[in-house]
Amino acid sequence: MEAITKHGWLTWLNDRLGLDPLIELAREKEVPIHRHTIWYYFGGMTLFLFIVQVTTGALLLLYYRPSAETAFESVQFIMTEVSFGWLVRSIHSWSANLMIAMLFVHMFSVYLLKAYRPPRELTWVTGVLLFFIVLAFGFSGYLLPWNKLAFFATKVGTEIAGVVPVIGHFLLRFLRGGDEVTGGTLTRFFGFHVAILPALATFILTVHVWLVQRHGMSVPPSVERQTQNVKTMKFFPNFLLRDAMGWLIALGALAALAALFPWELGEKADPFAPAPAGIKPEWYFLFMFQTLRLLPSHILFIEGEVLGVLVFGLGAVFWLLVPFLDKESIRGQRERVFTFIGVVILLYIAAMTIVGYLS
Amino acid sequence: MNTNRLQHYRSWRGRRSQAKLAVILMFVFSLISIWSFSDGLTASGGSDPGVLSPTDPALVLARPSEPMTPAVEKQSGEKAKKDTCVQCHREMGDELAAPVTAMQHDIHYQRGLSCADCHGGDPTEEDMDRAMDPRRGFVGRPTPQDIPRFCGKCHSNAEFMKKYNPRLRVDQEAEYYTSIHGKRLVQGDRKVATCISCHGYHGIRAVSDPQAPVYPTNVARTCGRCHANAGYMRSYSIPHDQLEKWQASVHAEALLKKNDLSAPTCNDCHGNHGAVPPGVTSVANVCGACHTRQAELFRKSPHKPAFDEMGLGECLVCHGNHEIHHPSDEMLGVGDQATCVACHSEGEPAYQAAQTMRQMIDQMVRELNQAEALVDRAARAGMEVSRAKFELNDAHDKLINARVVIHTFSVDELQKVVTPGIDTAKKAHRMGVEALNELQFRRKGLAASLVVIFLAVIGLYLKIRQIERPGA
Repeated sequence: MEAITKHGWLTWLNDRLGLDPLIELAREKEVPIHRHTIWYYFGGMTLFLFIVQVTTGALLLLYYRPSAETAFESVQFIMTEVSFGWLVRSIHSWSANLMIAMLFVHMFSVYLLKAYRPPRELTWVTGVLLFFIVLAFGFSGYLLPWNKLAFFATKVGTEIAGVVPVIGHFLLRFLRGGDEVTGGTLTRFFGFHVAILPALATFILTVHVWLVQRHGMSVPPSVERQTQNVKTMKFFPNFLLRDAMGWLIALGALAALAALFPWELGEKADPFAPAPAGIKPEWYFLFMFQTLRLLPSHILFIEGEVLGVLVFGLGAVFWLLVPFLDKESIRGQRERVFTFIGVVILLYIAAMTIVGYLS
Repeated sequence: MNTNRLQHYRSWRGRRSQAKLAVILMFVFSLISIWSFSDGLTASGGSDPGVLSPTDPALVLARPSEPMTPAVEKQSGEKAKKDTCVQCHREMGDELAAPVTAMQHDIHYQRGLSCADCHGGDPTEEDMDRAMDPRRGFVGRPTPQDIPRFCGKCHSNAEFMKKYNPRLRVDQEAEYYTSIHGKRLVQGDRKVATCISCHGYHGIRAVSDPQAPVYPTNVARTCGRCHANAGYMRSYSIPHDQLEKWQASVHAEALLKKNDLSAPTCNDCHGNHGAVPPGVTSVANVCGACHTRQAELFRKSPHKPAFDEMGLGECLVCHGNHEIHHPSDEMLGVGDQATCVACHSEGEPAYQAAQTMRQMIDQMVRELNQAEALVDRAARAGMEVSRAKFELNDAHDKLINARVVIHTFSVDELQKVVTPGIDTAKKAHRMGVEALNELQFRRKGLAASLVVIFLAVIGLYLKIRQIERPGA
């Protein structure tokens, strides 16, 4: 309170907004210190990169024109004519990839450290929903420059959505805005990318961050068993300053990547051109794509691709419901099966991604 | 049945001596026919005794018969299905079965025609003598002189051919008799090519069949069977290196390596059924059929009347004929490989013009290469240079156009296309320079940003240490 009274403007704001509970939270929030503390930084890093995405995305909107006739040219204009346009677009693309990478690390660290245990089930559920939303961001954003690779990757990606039993055809038409990938698909993806997904993400992210503040950082069971009194540090300013160091390093890395490896534009999409050889999706979809490629045409009486899509769908539901399925962790017992499943999934994703790149 | 046929065959073999006698008599008869044929032509053909008119009464009389309705069509019922030619020849084996074996791939056989439709006779007869009775239309193996008419009895008949392929031309036979081959055949030369020399016999494939000897990629080898055979061509006193030369040409490369079926092979310049060496006056028409703009510019150039006066063969004076290489800029100017100096000497205005034109093209190439190297460097560094590449493509098109405009042999005309080309190349060059400058700016900007970020990180680190100092 003393700090607030020192600053007149803060008092003025506090009187009107009632910031006391927030200030109290920041003052009291503590972060446990143990051998796994490093993993706490990845959530903040993902959030930082999300903010970079929002900022650069908003800047790109100033010049981007979402139609089959103008999209490619407008991105070309951004890359060549707009002052620092190349920087904004390259950072947006690189940051998207880094954000998804950080999200993978954050999600698997939370999973393996069992941070989804009660009372943090909903934190996990909102986090997984955010993961799905981010994948949708990646899929929709990839098409927006309307280049050849993006066009055909979207065609293949939406075809896969089309094999979902019962609702597949509807899903394909819903995503494409028709039977084929056209300018209509581009406009639709643009709508998803800049309106629907950001709205959903903002809402769920708010809930997610609020839940993190409400329940505080989870201490892994292994640490809890070994140490009675876990040491802590203040979130503000100690942890936040460390976070800021990480963010600055990430910013430096983004600047270097953008300056040294500007994101390529490729060739403009031509719906009548033959598909280029070796179309691959972005790296974060590659494990699923590769799995579908390797499946035989029929497994028992089901088409291999349909079965693959079904298994991934069930896998997503399983992943979402993990906190409710892992009964032993709920009871506070030592649990190995879910750890094993997590490691297997991680190894599977890594192996399939590598195979996908090499093949 | 089989035993009967074999006995029949053996008895036929036993009568081979009689057959030999018959063949000798036929040969003598053929010689007399040829003589009388030529005589008839001379009498009715007009000014050129070597040219055979397809409507000539002598030819009409000499035709073996009217086109035959396919054997399987003209018969009916059980008898209609019989084809004793095929049945017997298949069983005879060896060279007598070869026609039947080859016929499986034959376009005629595939369209329902069989032996008797060309050779006559009665394929429904079990008895060989009756089946191959000349009174039943059997004509046996035609002599080389007879072959064009033998094939032409159907292929020259528009009414008949319409039933099989309405798009097919029916003037092959007429054309053939206008060719060197046809003319020499009429004069009694049995070595010249006839229909079967190129299309084969019994196993005749459609022209569109890639295995056909007359499919575009096979034509040169087919012609080369005779024309690249030194011994075979000796009596004609013509070169026999055309195939070898053509195979080293830009046209062969396009046709055989790039599988570009529009690239010319022998028949595209010489014709096929009416094959003749293109004369001096028609060479430009032959080349100009594809290279239209060059031919048009050449016709308007001062070279055209000069070449006509000297009797020179236009395009081939500089480009050659069979061994036409990809044209290079070295052909222009006054250097060692320049074709201009073959006619023009130092001191002549044309000599000076050739030198100037070469300098103009060289300057254009130099500007374009420099711009390309610069833009490529910027592209390798990750810069977005699609607009510069667009300009480069435009400059490249203008260079190609300038190389075509050379055929005007006019410095002024060339200048009109070279100047905009050089301007475009310079524009691309400027864009490349700007891209590299931008690259430098980005790198410097990155270095400055990283220094600021590094200092900020150090500041944060020191701040953390300060607030976490024991007793702080």
